[in-house]
Amino acid sequence: MLTGTFKLSHSAVTLLSLLVLLGIWQLAASLIDSHTLPYPVRVAEVFWQVTRSGELPYHLGVTLLRLLVSFSIAMVLGCAIGVALGKNKALDAFFDHWLVIFLNIPALVTIILCYVWFGLAESAAILAVVINKLPNVIVTIREGTRALDKDLLEMAESYRFDRKKTFFHVIWPQLHPFVMAATRSGLALIWKIILVVELLGRSNGMGYQLHLFFQLFDVASLLAYTFAFVAVIQLIEWLLLRPLDRKALRWRR
Amino acid sequence: MNDITISIQDKTYRSKHIDDRQHQAIADLQLSVGRNEFVCLLGPSGCGKTTLLNMIAGLDSHYQGQIRIGSQAATAKIGYVFQNPRLLPWYTVRQNIEVVFKQTPPAALIDSLLADMQLSDVQQVYPERLSLGMQRRVAIIRAFAINPDILLMDEPFVSLDAPSARQVRNLLYSLWQQRPHTVLFVSHDLREAIALADRLIFLSPPPMRIISDIPVNIPRDLRNDETQIEAFRERLLSQHPAINGLL
Repeated sequence: MLTGTFKLSHSAVTLLSLLVLLGIWQLAASLIDSHTLPYPVRVAEVFWQVTRSGELPYHLGVTLLRLLVSFSIAMVLGCAIGVALGKNKALDAFFDHWLVIFLNIPALVTIILCYVWFGLAESAAILAVVINKLPNVIVTIREGTRALDKDLLEMAESYRFDRKKTFFHVIWPQLHPFVMAATRSGLALIWKIILVVELLGRSNGMGYQLHLFFQLFDVASLLAYTFAFVAVIQLIEWLLLRPLDRKALRWRR
Repeated sequence: MNDITISIQDKTYRSKHIDDRQHQAIADLQLSVGRNEFVCLLGPSGCGKTTLLNMIAGLDSHYQGQIRIGSQAATAKIGYVFQNPRLLPWYTVRQNIEVVFKQTPPAALIDSLLADMQLSDVQQVYPERLSLGMQRRVAIIRAFAINPDILLMDEPFVSLDAPSARQVRNLLYSLWQQRPHTVLFVSHDLREAIALADRLIFLSPPPMRIISDIPVNIPRDLRNDETQIEAFRERLLSQHPAINGLL
């Protein structure tokens, strides 16, 4: 009963908060009365048009594909290197300095250098995103590897677990929270970087479109694309990340 | 016939502190354990008992000497009950037992072990929701389940309250009587050791060596009898006064 009331009021709060935001926007648009701040209805119209024409799904899809490829490469490489550095002190002492340098290179610099050195190609775009993301993954997974429970590793060794079994039954469940943290922060980071990558050197994708709208001062389209973008991020969180969290944490007290 | 032969000339640690001193843990230790014999190792804390078990389990191979288990040393199956239960928290009680098998886990055996240890009702529960005594029992089942060549137990009842410790001890004892195995059991509790063991091995402070090796001749069916245990203990302490200083 109590939780039921709470849930109801919780979703009511969400609805109310979104409505208030929409109301402020509507009010501001009517006060300013300029095409640089279109009404919510106008943005919804544009959103519907570009969705039906297939323009928005195409560019969103291209960006999502780039995201998927660069994210996967960064995660796989980052996990492997992170585990290696977490396990091997000498290796870590050597490469730690590289990490610090790469963590502090501005994203824009990597992007420009990749385009200058490798041309305005798809591979250069992917590489630029991977290089920006990789150090973060490595640092997070390295922390996770250092925190591995030695008692459980000894248990696995005394019961003669082979490497594969040790990894999947003992190590991976402990790394999982760190991988999820790297995934979340990684997605947030890549979303932002990938737009700049597309804006600077690709002829399709969300970044390219946003650049186009900027040149045309087409704020309605810009906002329509932005909302699609935000919606996709939320969908990934709800449909992919939260269920993964729940599955992995069901044993916790 | 001896099941385990331990012959260690030297085990030296380099201490991790700044002084980098060498610290000799074991010097010239010879020990043979017969098949299905229950042997208790007793000694002051920090004397190197856990180190010795880790060496037998193959977790520590930096020593001079030989440890032979059965006919084959490297491939011997070890059931190790650690001081803390060391269960995998992301697996249920049953999964924790099943995970140590290389082939398909034997369902009937696991069922009966769970019943013997009075854990059938909680086999689908995650370990962190169980009491420490129950977690210890799961760890004991895990060690028995693989039918090991040797069972190593490192103070498996420590930090349990007295009634829980006695309960787990009795359960372990009846389990071992039904399924005899060679056991090396580390303890610092003389009464517990007398109640369980065929032989008591008293160890010195480091560098560790054997001070005395005493058979326990109380019949198996009288091990539950506190007065028998107490009488044996009195006799032991009066005949070997040196032991008092060790415990």
